[in-house]
Amino acid sequence: MSIDEYNGCAIVAMVGKDCVALATDTRFGVQRSTITTDFQRVFQMGPRLFVAMSGLVTDAYTVSARLKYRLNLYELRENRPVSPSVFVSMVSNLLYERRFGPYFSTPVIAGLDPTSGKPFIAGFDCIGDPSIGSDFITDGTAGEQLMGMCETFWRPDLNK
Amino acid sequence: MDFSIGIKGQDYVILAEDMNAAHSIILNQQDHTKMLDLNDHLLLARTGELGDGVQCAEYLQKNIQLYQLRNGYEMRSNAAANYIRKYLADSIRSQEPMNVNILLAAYDTISKEPQLYYIDYMGSMATVPFAAHGHGALFSLGIIDRYYSRSMSRDEALSVLKKCIVELKKRFIVNYTSFNVQVVDSQGIHQLDRIVA
Repeated sequence: MSIDEYNGCAIVAMVGKDCVALATDTRFGVQRSTITTDFQRVFQMGPRLFVAMSGLVTDAYTVSARLKYRLNLYELRENRPVSPSVFVSMVSNLLYERRFGPYFSTPVIAGLDPTSGKPFIAGFDCIGDPSIGSDFITDGTAGEQLMGMCETFWRPDLNK
Repeated sequence: MDFSIGIKGQDYVILAEDMNAAHSIILNQQDHTKMLDLNDHLLLARTGELGDGVQCAEYLQKNIQLYQLRNGYEMRSNAAANYIRKYLADSIRSQEPMNVNILLAAYDTISKEPQLYYIDYMGSMATVPFAAHGHGALFSLGIIDRYYSRSMSRDEALSVLKKCIVELKKRFIVNYTSFNVQVVDSQGIHQLDRIVA
């Protein structure tokens, strides 16, 4: 079994009219065994910025903690909330630092730009290649299945 | 081949563990304690490699005690759990990873809440109402799913624990002769009677 499938997850982020939605499953499992069914994979990084971590749970915690650390330092230095495009670069940099021993967890970002309020979503691979989405981003072991559902049902300017 | 199990109630957490100390096919000891008090309200039950377990648990215990000496107050349950998680997360990518799975039973004296943390050898952590490590978990979790409720009393929790042990005795290939049982509550950590299978 691949390391990405050890814990397993399903994550989807979607852009709507002046809003974004981020959904994850809440199962924490170890291969075929389920440990808990109320597990949080979403981490709040700002008043309107959320990150959902897919893949191996230990790396999900490690990456989100390291990311929050860098984000906090940024916001203390800059004295303003981070914009999503800068945050994407931050995530990308953090993941690429481990290019030859990567974290087995990838973030999916969903948020609103702090100044313009424009919806923003992005996904990554495990070494930090960003995909900024205009419609939806899916991730996890159920990523392909979710992609199919999104392709069928998504259309622009869905309200919340 | 270790087994540990934890059940959280309204104001207590019960942890139980098998007492076998084995290497390959040889059973060295049948009354070996693998639980350690990290501080007055933190109890750690470890499964996995025996040597790693001792090194890991004692290292964590000493550092959590050091925190208390430096700061003048106990390390809180959430802080300790995250500290242990980070220790294992760093270990898994080091040259010699620790092969230790942990159940951490805690009583947070500030929020007055019991906590049970499931932390596996890679550093995955979850807060759970009940959990088990080892092959015995596959037999036990279904039983606890059936009988568990958050408001159960300590005696009820112990009887569920005994149901799991009866099942292990019947269907699990490894023979566990006895189980070490401890409980954490607002008064601290207490030893309960060993359960002889």
